[in-house]
Amino acid sequence: MSIAQAEVAEFEEQADRWFAENKPGNPGFILPETFMEVGTDQQFEFLRNWQQKVYENGYVGMSWPKEFGGHGMDQVFQDIATKAMAKHRVPFLPNTIGLNWAGPLILAMGSEEEKSKYIKGILSAEDIWCQGFSEPDHGSDLGSAQCKAVKDGDEYVINGSKIWTSLGSYAKYMILIARTSTDGPNKYAGLSFFLAPMQAQGIEPRPIKKLTGEYGFCQTFFNDARIPASCMMGKEGEGWKVAMATLMFERGAAGGQAGGLAMMDLSIDDIVELARRAKRNGKPAIDDPYVREQLVDLITESKGNSYMAARSKVSGLATDWPDAVSMSGKLRSSELKRRMCQFAISLQGANGARYVSSDAVDGGLWQRSYLNAFSGTIGGGTSQIQHNIIGERVLGLPKG
Amino acid sequence: MATIEFSEEQTMLMETAVDFCRKHSPIDRVRAQIDQPEGIDPSVWQEMIDLGWLGITVPEQYGGLGLTLADAVPIAENMGRYLMGSPFVATTLASQAIIANGSDAQKELWLPQIAEGSAASMALTEEDGSWILTEVGSHAQLQGEELVLTAKKCFVLDASQAAVFVLSANIDGVARLISIASDQLPEGALTRETVIDETRRSYTLEVDCLRLPSDQLLPGTDFASIEQSALLLLTAEMSGGLSGVLHVIIDYLTTRKQFDQYIGSYQSLKHPTVQILLSLEACRSHLYRATTCFAQGDEKETEAAVRMAKAQGSEAFAFAGDRAVQFHGGFGFTYECDAQLFLRRALWCQYQFGDAAYHRNLLAPLLLD
Repeated sequence: MSIAQAEVAEFEEQADRWFAENKPGNPGFILPETFMEVGTDQQFEFLRNWQQKVYENGYVGMSWPKEFGGHGMDQVFQDIATKAMAKHRVPFLPNTIGLNWAGPLILAMGSEEEKSKYIKGILSAEDIWCQGFSEPDHGSDLGSAQCKAVKDGDEYVINGSKIWTSLGSYAKYMILIARTSTDGPNKYAGLSFFLAPMQAQGIEPRPIKKLTGEYGFCQTFFNDARIPASCMMGKEGEGWKVAMATLMFERGAAGGQAGGLAMMDLSIDDIVELARRAKRNGKPAIDDPYVREQLVDLITESKGNSYMAARSKVSGLATDWPDAVSMSGKLRSSELKRRMCQFAISLQGANGARYVSSDAVDGGLWQRSYLNAFSGTIGGGTSQIQHNIIGERVLGLPKG
Repeated sequence: MATIEFSEEQTMLMETAVDFCRKHSPIDRVRAQIDQPEGIDPSVWQEMIDLGWLGITVPEQYGGLGLTLADAVPIAENMGRYLMGSPFVATTLASQAIIANGSDAQKELWLPQIAEGSAASMALTEEDGSWILTEVGSHAQLQGEELVLTAKKCFVLDASQAAVFVLSANIDGVARLISIASDQLPEGALTRETVIDETRRSYTLEVDCLRLPSDQLLPGTDFASIEQSALLLLTAEMSGGLSGVLHVIIDYLTTRKQFDQYIGSYQSLKHPTVQILLSLEACRSHLYRATTCFAQGDEKETEAAVRMAKAQGSEAFAFAGDRAVQFHGGFGFTYECDAQLFLRRALWCQYQFGDAAYHRNLLAPLLLD
């Protein structure tokens, strides 16, 4: 499908204007930077209302099918709208798991019935989604999940617990991976995948206090919880396959996400700007030769990531390992963010030791961001596991 | 939004270069060539000439293809991938310098010869190893119709094959460029240097009060473009070299066993190997971003892009070469192991035309102020 340049340009202007005019004012409380950090009802309501407004005005789910609540437009329009959100630094859309992982999964693998049931609520933020993959004893090793699902008539009875359930207290649905059998040829064969309701007897999301001192996710307990058997996605024993497809969306290795801003992205420009304001030994940090070299290094790395995205569109310039760029997106961006936050704190002299308070530089934003940055380097498979995955699947190195 | 573009010409040159370098530069040929006087087998060099590669950037009016330096990048990259030595890079840089700085007469004299297959070289660096191209100790005086040149230049690549040199010298306090034909050099002016990369042929060029016609002085003094061209082609070689050394590492990690396990299954080797992969992805991205800036003639962006590329690539390739030796264990300590060839190449590339710290220092005002 070819799209008229004029139409694209017109939309670009329209989106730019809308986000400029509709950017919410200061809510009077600190907003989280990602869906993993939503800690209070106040924060949640604010963000949910924002997503609803964005959806009602047609700026999310633009490329998703019209019949299920999307707008049936070309992806190029969504990319423009997402860019406008980043440009105007508006809040992120909180239904991240629904928009970026569960939604595209349902559209790719789900039945017509499932699409009709779930897609619109994902876009409007009416139905919040959470993820039940990790377990207390099985973090990165998803294949060893022990949470049990036993069939009983037209229901499954779930027992066990899931951890790191972001938005667990607000979610209506969970993408859940549970063990339906232990006699398969390997641990993966006994797993099944559910689009599970959260409002069922015996499901209890219990908030967990994070390293920042805030609440942001739950441990979800299943105690003889009964969910309809029709919630299963795929067949019994196909859970691993569906989970892997989900992770391809989560890691950005597969396209089809609803779009929209998924987090308040920290950009290197923010760090440069801080370096101009922050003082080290009475002088602007940006005048310090060591700081300058570090900044240049971070800019080089950050630009390298964006050039990688540009180069991956030119097939003739792929390296001998063409999946490397798409498979390493989360690893590269989360590790860079963690190091940028560390560096931002290092610019503040003795004030680097402060935490969220009015005396801290920028109210302690950088310290809090640094502690929260571990959600990126740990969640969705730790950076260490990412190295294993890339080593094995991209480079063909043997498993340990 | 920064773009990366890759033209049809570049694609075709890339395809040809991949096949050519793979065929003519397998690792045993690279090793055999080390003991030969020239960096490349004469028949292979002739094939490169026949392919028209020396004339890629030479304007059509002088018998070249009239393309830009961006089109030479895929060739340099693949030569780096297969550790191929040859005067290709030196010649391309010298012809670029003549195109940018030479008079019409100088262009008419040298460019057709280069396009037809005469090698050329640059004589810029001096004994003190400084990377600042405009600060030179070699000097010349204009005496009537003559230039009297006293110079000692180092790292003059493939000098024994070059028909012409472009040399920098201080004239009245200003760095200038002078062209010198090889037959103008007195006996003994060229001495082979011992350099860390044994696939290179590097020479010292030394002359004392050499008299040259003054029309051999180039009118232009665009040292910035000389430096940027050199950085671009060096980064191309590094990008190719990173890919080559990563293959060497993976081959060993997937065939060598210790404690009944392939050593590639150990995370202490696997994880740094992934870092090398990602540094290659970054290097190739910076390289082709800088190449795109060259092709688009975007001068403002070019300097920052090419310095970032050289800074990132220098560190990445040196790290990869270093780890490649280490991961081969005892074998890595031997001359037989191919890892050392890449490590030595990486060190050469790192220390020619500025290392990472040097370029980051120059990038700071471009990116921060």
